[in-house]
Amino acid sequence: MATKKITGSEAVILSLLEEGVDTIFGYPGGAIMPVYDALYDFDQKVTHILTRHEQGAIHAAEGYAKVTGKAGVCFATSGPGATNLITGIADAMIDSIPLVCITGQVASPLLGTDAFQESDVVGISMPVTKWNYQITCAEEIPEAIAKAFYIAQSGRPGPVLLDIAKDAQFQEIDFNYKKCKKIRSYIPEHPVDPFKVKAAAELIDRAKKPLLLFGQGVIIANAEEELKAFVEKTGIPAAWTLLGLSALPTDHPLNIGMLGMHGNYGPNIKTNEADLIIAVGMRFDDRVTGKVSSYANGAKIIHLEVDPAEIDKIIKTDVAVLGDAKKSLKMLTDNVNENSHESWLQEFHDCDAIENDKVINKDIYPSQEGLTMGEAVRIASEKTRHNAILVTDVGQHQMVASRYFKFTQSKSNVTSGGLGTMGYAIPAALGAQLGAKNRTVVTFVGDGGFQMTLQELGTIVQNKLPVKIILLNNNFLGMVRQWQQLFFDKRYSFTELQNPDFIAISKGFGMDGHKVTKRDELEDGIQKMIEHDGPYILEVVVQKEDNVFPMVPTGASVSDIILEA
Amino acid sequence: MKQEFIITIFSENHIGLLNRITINFTRRKMNIESLTVSESAIKGISKFTIVLNETEDRVKKVVRQLEKVVDVLKAFYHTNDEMIYQEIALYKVRTEALYETDKIEKIVRKAGARILEITREYTVIEKTGHKEETQELFEQLNEFKVMQFIRSGRVAITRDPIERLSEFLKERDAFLEAMD
Repeated sequence: MATKKITGSEAVILSLLEEGVDTIFGYPGGAIMPVYDALYDFDQKVTHILTRHEQGAIHAAEGYAKVTGKAGVCFATSGPGATNLITGIADAMIDSIPLVCITGQVASPLLGTDAFQESDVVGISMPVTKWNYQITCAEEIPEAIAKAFYIAQSGRPGPVLLDIAKDAQFQEIDFNYKKCKKIRSYIPEHPVDPFKVKAAAELIDRAKKPLLLFGQGVIIANAEEELKAFVEKTGIPAAWTLLGLSALPTDHPLNIGMLGMHGNYGPNIKTNEADLIIAVGMRFDDRVTGKVSSYANGAKIIHLEVDPAEIDKIIKTDVAVLGDAKKSLKMLTDNVNENSHESWLQEFHDCDAIENDKVINKDIYPSQEGLTMGEAVRIASEKTRHNAILVTDVGQHQMVASRYFKFTQSKSNVTSGGLGTMGYAIPAALGAQLGAKNRTVVTFVGDGGFQMTLQELGTIVQNKLPVKIILLNNNFLGMVRQWQQLFFDKRYSFTELQNPDFIAISKGFGMDGHKVTKRDELEDGIQKMIEHDGPYILEVVVQKEDNVFPMVPTGASVSDIILEA
Repeated sequence: MKQEFIITIFSENHIGLLNRITINFTRRKMNIESLTVSESAIKGISKFTIVLNETEDRVKKVVRQLEKVVDVLKAFYHTNDEMIYQEIALYKVRTEALYETDKIEKIVRKAGARILEITREYTVIEKTGHKEETQELFEQLNEFKVMQFIRSGRVAITRDPIERLSEFLKERDAFLEAMD
């Protein structure tokens, strides 16, 4: 291949183009200016989104990665630019989101001298990246970027960071790009062991009360069809983790709902009655298991997982099937007998009836005065024909939206699961919209989280992204308040907010919006929001002291789930 | 139950990898008793030997996390019984103390230690052995005031007849070939 002399900065951009990057989220500054200068000539080939804060850039990159399955790309400068990325990188690490972050660094002779805007970004980001590397000479750039994309996107995905010294950005090199296909010390996924599959199939064929739990691993592996084929052949009820949401359509007859702390009644109670648990691409998070010592004690455990470190980490398995879920599920389906579990499935429906009566109907079809989060979620889901991308922040609204929003296609749920990062939703929504330009993005956010990253309304407006935002305002840090009510004797320590006029603020950014306080305005308000051409914010004033139920109290067993206070 | 374990890690020789390895222990509040890093028999591949006093369950889990590190080729753990291991200690005593009595000479002889350097002021004694042994020698020599003392981290080798690393690398290369 012919080569030509180009600068390190140009090499950065050309390498990104070689990796098929079409969107970059970022914020310029001194140490990354050469890269931004190179970017100036490529505006026809790649879209750069200037956020209002580096945290906005990284959450946007996460939102983009979640809906596309491709690595989100993020630029920031040295020092504060890079440290502002850290929360988002930690979020991506715990939620297995592929990101490639490129930070500028002071010129290499200045490293370690406390130079202006110098910080040890490789050191700071090490615990929260899958891999990171500092580049001090331009020659390293193509290979490092190729490696970064390979590591970020393969096996169990995660964030990687490249810290590029400013002098390396100026140096001239012969550019020659080669994609990375393997690394000697890194096995992204293990081949599925057919003997393990046989052992798992035997347990599955013998089980009387099997329960399948699926997580984001199914979505990452693009194994949605394989999952569906497996549950349909075996008749096994399937429940999802927060991040597994949307991998199986909501109305699928074997989709029995959400696991964990605010999950559905049936899947939690029945976990402790099941004789077999088949966990697919999930990691038995403490919000899913509740008290581990009394979790699924009557069940054999099969774990289909790409990451060997997850096997036996929390729950001891009987059969672990390592490898990519798309392959392992397919092999498992081929090896199991056709089956059905009608009476066992009926037990879940009986639980649903109880939960409908005690919780759900009151949430989504309330008759009392004061709006509920649940009814806003139900209507938004209906108005988008259960076909929208749901973006949520963290807290009560996140749990309510995850419970009541319905899905017909995968990669449609964007939320901060493991880290629980407030302020995630607004920037993640703009990233999701850029990743899925033709889909409706419905964002739910609380009044607390909204105020953490609301500056990104400016980014949404500047880029004409038709994001729909429903701000569920209860004037409280609702989830903390709920815990204070239930577990801290109603001592509402610093959870009540004096809020600004959200609609005036949004209009100040150039975003149209409307506030509803009454039930007879709600449906119309949501309808108008969906039909609005362009970004829109709907503030829904909900009851101040509503709680999210059911709930598995911290430290309790999943079968001790409570339906009301 | 906590006991001593030896973790062995083979990795690429990359800057920052030591930090990437030790943060796995820091994060879990696991104390490293000793750590030794050097080039292995194969050029470019580093070998870490880490000693810690922990339960087997926690050791097993941290080893899996270590193996996940991109630049780590292989990590495993053993109990003390399963490995041959040594540490080295250096002791500095006043040379005068050797002249005054023959006790030091007897101690050195009995401990199987050796003298590395003698100057007018001081004498440097070296002993290899397990920690208890180097510690015992310290206590004996300290009767004559040890001026300086240093003990290395542990080095350990398995009881297998061959170094598994080259075999492992061959398998790994074959595996990577098959990935294409």
